[in-house]
Amino acid sequence: MIDININGSDYSVDPSLTVLEAAKSIGVHIPTLCHLEGKHPQGACRVCVVEVEGAAALTASCSAPVRAGMVIHTESKRVRNARKTVVDLMLSEHVGDCRYCDRGDDCELQELSNVMGMREPMYDGEKPAVQMDDSTPALVRDTGKCIKCRRCVTACNEVQNVGALFPQNRGYDTVIGPAFAQNLDTVACVQCGQCAAVCPVGAITEKSHIEQVHRALDDPKKTVVVQTAPAIRAALGECFGYEAGTLVTGQMVTALKMMGFDGVFDTNFTADLTIIEEGSELLKRLKDMLVEGKPAALPQFSSCSPGWIKYAEYFHPDFLPNLSTCKSPQQMFGALAKSYYAEKIGVKPQDMTVVSVMPCTAKKFEAHRAEMGQDGVADVDYVLTTRELGQMIRSMGIDFKHLGDSAMDTPFGISSGAADIFANTGGVMEAALRTVYEIVTGRDFPLENLRVDSIAGLDGIKEASVLITDPAESWKFLDGVEVKVAVAHGLGNTEKLMEMIRSGEKTYHFVEVMTCPGGCIGGGGQPRFTTDAKRKARIGAIYREDEGKAMRKSHNNPTITAIYEDFLKEPLGEKSHHLLHTKYSERPPV
Amino acid sequence: MEKDCCNCSHEPTDAEMIQSLNHIIEGFEGVEGALIPVLQSAQNLFGYLPEVVLKHISLTMRIPYSEVTGVVSFYSFFSTIPRGKNIVRVCLGTACYVRGGKDILKGLRDQLEINVGGTTDDREFSLEVGRCFGACGLAPVLMINDDVHQRVKPAKIRDILNSYRTVLEEVR
Repeated sequence: MIDININGSDYSVDPSLTVLEAAKSIGVHIPTLCHLEGKHPQGACRVCVVEVEGAAALTASCSAPVRAGMVIHTESKRVRNARKTVVDLMLSEHVGDCRYCDRGDDCELQELSNVMGMREPMYDGEKPAVQMDDSTPALVRDTGKCIKCRRCVTACNEVQNVGALFPQNRGYDTVIGPAFAQNLDTVACVQCGQCAAVCPVGAITEKSHIEQVHRALDDPKKTVVVQTAPAIRAALGECFGYEAGTLVTGQMVTALKMMGFDGVFDTNFTADLTIIEEGSELLKRLKDMLVEGKPAALPQFSSCSPGWIKYAEYFHPDFLPNLSTCKSPQQMFGALAKSYYAEKIGVKPQDMTVVSVMPCTAKKFEAHRAEMGQDGVADVDYVLTTRELGQMIRSMGIDFKHLGDSAMDTPFGISSGAADIFANTGGVMEAALRTVYEIVTGRDFPLENLRVDSIAGLDGIKEASVLITDPAESWKFLDGVEVKVAVAHGLGNTEKLMEMIRSGEKTYHFVEVMTCPGGCIGGGGQPRFTTDAKRKARIGAIYREDEGKAMRKSHNNPTITAIYEDFLKEPLGEKSHHLLHTKYSERPPV
Repeated sequence: MEKDCCNCSHEPTDAEMIQSLNHIIEGFEGVEGALIPVLQSAQNLFGYLPEVVLKHISLTMRIPYSEVTGVVSFYSFFSTIPRGKNIVRVCLGTACYVRGGKDILKGLRDQLEINVGGTTDDREFSLEVGRCFGACGLAPVLMINDDVHQRVKPAKIRDILNSYRTVLEEVR
């Protein structure tokens, strides 16, 4: 520890901290618009300047390490004036109307301007050219609002290894955007929305489907059903002032029913179904290899996360045969809602509207994929992010905090705990192991409390192995086989794992990939601002939901059993092939 | 380029470009921060940086395309549009500026009928502005390719340019 002085008081702080972090650790807040926790400081916005005694110029606290004996003033007159000038200069080039902005209630620039008491513009000069880019199904860019903080560049490059966004041009003409400041649809963007999740202003946002959902709900000819992903229930509360990690499943269902949806269902149901299909697919690949001696594309990669799918299509096309052919739970739900369920309630598929609530922007892209439908009818019509649902609930005069709990509707509202944990990194793997192990051995998955602790959590890549002993008669070929699995979250981590697999340094049978850090609970459509602490809190909530359920394995879900008996007949069967499985195609990376 | 092989105006095909480019990139294998020197060499070779070259650099060097174009668009030295056979650079550094560099620039714009950053229709000349060539004692200075023209007067511009015109040479 070293001694420093901040605003007249002495403190002992960790010498590895920056001035910004040291101030935070003792409860002094220094504003910043570009800093991202745990990432390289950008020093781009200059809002975090402080006065360090002995230094000639003001210091950007985000990039200055603390030194012993430092005397720091974070709120001196000189600092206040400089900070005001910086923010005012940003405002002078910020083209947009705050009255009509998506970030009306959580814009960091507006909040800063407000707390600093800016009441009239100091500067009035040239405005940058504005480029509105709504070329992609999931994201909208408005360069006029961009303050060039480069958080999105960090998210896109350092965290996700996608590299769709980078500063283009120079000085006043700088545009943060794709190559040559073209539209996003001209480059390899996976639509994960991590850029939109970190943007301090309204420069990158999701493409809203709120109006379309209102129109469908207003249309008496439409039967409108909604599915909610497991990650929503652990985060939606944050839109209404609840602490991160508060489970609001029951209130969410009540709100959706009040909004007028004709059926309120759970994507968890098709998560359970995914486990059956994807687990069967894995066992088939293993059998092909071990019994038939056929070449099998192993490891099998999970296919629930549409950002990862698009990433693989761009950057790892030679691994496309390794991706599970299972559609994601969102798409499986849509396909079954418009076939099995529509038939059951006597509605034509084209008269049914399927709305998804997802923690994810890439799900908007996924729903839009041409192959995700039957006979020209899309599986899923509209996708709302968690943020959009929060906004819709508020706009419809629903007092969320005072709602009682309701239960999801049948038949697609019943699900196991294994489906809940699809929301976080390691969850799909754990859910698959719970089922596959039991199918093969007839015994419960052995790890204590059904949790694969060794591969869940927040580190980027984890691995585990399960030794199969004494399997059931039809699975004898797996006797003594050590099934090796790996889990990665965040595409930057995934890229590292892919390199290890490609080089042969690591071999696995099954790999779970989730596009966003922490998994879906940290998705690009979740309430802002997602920090590591919030990721942990949301994961905690998801495991509480899982542990609170009597049924914790997908194959024990009675609706799953029923749907195979009545409709699908068998996993990987003819019906499944048409409705629940898909294909992928290579995309040029530049 | 194929400049020296014959007198024909042979433009390299994409495949030829890529082949030469691979040689350049191989020369920088394992070198950190190689993007800028690779771009410089590529521009020297092709005269400018066409899209096919930038995309190939991105793929081969495993650098995101947005980063490659970000670097290209940051430095005024790099050009993504075809440039003339002769690069005319007018110095507008302080010394040249006060000794009439601006008039030289105006004279060039009028004679060539292009703006800064432009290329004449016959692809003979491209016009650029420089910030000090380190020859302040000779101001105002004009550089055409690697030749320095000192104490230039607007009236001399036509003759200087003509000495570079290949068409005229052929007519003669």
